[in-house]
Amino acid sequence: MLENMKGKIVRSQVFRSIFRHGFPDNDMNRAYTVFSNVFLHIHPVKVRRSALRMRYTFCLGGITLFLFIMLSVTGIWLMFYYTPYTGLAYNNIQDIQFVIFGGNLMRDLHRFAAHGMVLFVWLHMTRVFLTGAYKAPREFNWVVGVVLLVNTLVLSWTGYLLPWDQLAYWAVTVGTKMASYTPFIGQNGPWGAQLGFLPTNDIMFMLIGGTVVGQNALIRFYVLHCVVLPLVVTVFLAVHFWRIRKDGFSGPL
Amino acid sequence: MENKATREIFPRDARKSYGLVELMKGSNPVVRKEPEDTVYTWPNLIMIELICALLVTAGLIILVQFVHAPLRSLADPSTTPNPMRAPWYFLGLQELLVYFDPWYAGVVLPGMIILGLMVFPYVDTNPKGIGYYTFSERKFAIFNYSFGFALWWVTIVIGTYLRGLDWQWYWPWSNHLEHMNPALVTLVPLHIVFVNLLHVSKDVAKGLCDTIFFAYFAIGMAIPYFFMRKFYDFLGRSRYLVFMFFFLSMMGVGLKIVLRLLFNIKYIVVTPWINV
Repeated sequence: MLENMKGKIVRSQVFRSIFRHGFPDNDMNRAYTVFSNVFLHIHPVKVRRSALRMRYTFCLGGITLFLFIMLSVTGIWLMFYYTPYTGLAYNNIQDIQFVIFGGNLMRDLHRFAAHGMVLFVWLHMTRVFLTGAYKAPREFNWVVGVVLLVNTLVLSWTGYLLPWDQLAYWAVTVGTKMASYTPFIGQNGPWGAQLGFLPTNDIMFMLIGGTVVGQNALIRFYVLHCVVLPLVVTVFLAVHFWRIRKDGFSGPL
Repeated sequence: MENKATREIFPRDARKSYGLVELMKGSNPVVRKEPEDTVYTWPNLIMIELICALLVTAGLIILVQFVHAPLRSLADPSTTPNPMRAPWYFLGLQELLVYFDPWYAGVVLPGMIILGLMVFPYVDTNPKGIGYYTFSERKFAIFNYSFGFALWWVTIVIGTYLRGLDWQWYWPWSNHLEHMNPALVTLVPLHIVFVNLLHVSKDVAKGLCDTIFFAYFAIGMAIPYFFMRKFYDFLGRSRYLVFMFFFLSMMGVGLKIVLRLLFNIKYIVVTPWINV
């Protein structure tokens, strides 16, 4: 009876309109499953048996991607409860922690997945380095990877400000103050003052939209953290994966 | 059928004049392909990825039962915490502020780290060691990577655990509530050391410091050029210059940390515009 039902479902117009192939219980449908699915088609249809061994990649890049997805999901969840306004942000976080059902879990997951992503990007990079996987013809994908590393750090750092507590405020104050020491375009940097840069027109002013970290900095970091940087990461991730397929695998994959 | 690779995989049977079909162990016929040891991505690889994702999720959910995201009191621009700390992944850079001026530690050096990482594949011309773990075949490359990241992690550990009030050095057993007396350590630029030691004028001492600084890069560039010619020839001129610039700069950071911690040297080079 179960076989009969399965057959009916697989042959139905609805199922066929979605999947275009039957259950992946034979080799042809297994191949179709991978290359007709937009999410799975970043894989080749077949991989070498040795690629299933964990001791080459340790799944580090995959874990990094998974943490990014997890951060997107928990991040969007948190956005429903968060207002990027200095008068409300801190209260929102307190509500997320103490009032909203599941809020604590989501915020904790978001925070530690973020730490984890920084750590796993680095572990992945170290793995790629130690296996010489960045060498020709894959040099450019390493460069894309470095861009992703920097983006991960900046993403994490922009998110650091959003709770608007003492930790957030001063960590970001330390960080953005560095920008004012940029040579030529920061008011405190070498040749900055000589070139006419003041607290009100230098690179730090541009970054935080004021002379001190305040409402403008919060909204800037919020937009960067929730929209701009995730988009940039997504674009570079697409290039990163595309190049893996195009340039070929380095190891026994 | 006549290329070398194919012949190796299909060894020609001495009794046959030719053969087009090969018998292999497998679940399906393969056309126009050499025999290979592959499996279908679905379900073999996909399941591994799924298990990996589930394990990470489970690990994180277990972790957050024990540790929680911190939330301090409301941001207050009038109360500065002491010490103020950047997020842990930037603590290395914050720690470098002890050894360098902010324009270098906070802006130029991070830029150089990023650029240095990016140029690595272009200056590492060693064709060996692709696709497997090896130390013996690429000792120098691994040394460079490890040295750079050892600096990165050691400064993070120092910044996290060994820095206390006023960003002074606190051992884990020191009293973290008591301010250190900053007068205990007097930092001096290198040329003042020379003035005191060699009894020369300030200008002469400064000139000496500038010379030492440039000599570091010049001699550093020259030594492999003259004495390790094979290394130079292997890289070629432009790769060599780029690599040596980043290499000497990285070593310089390590040297400066040692000079500052052991000899209380604040600057090597002092100019009206920048100090290093």
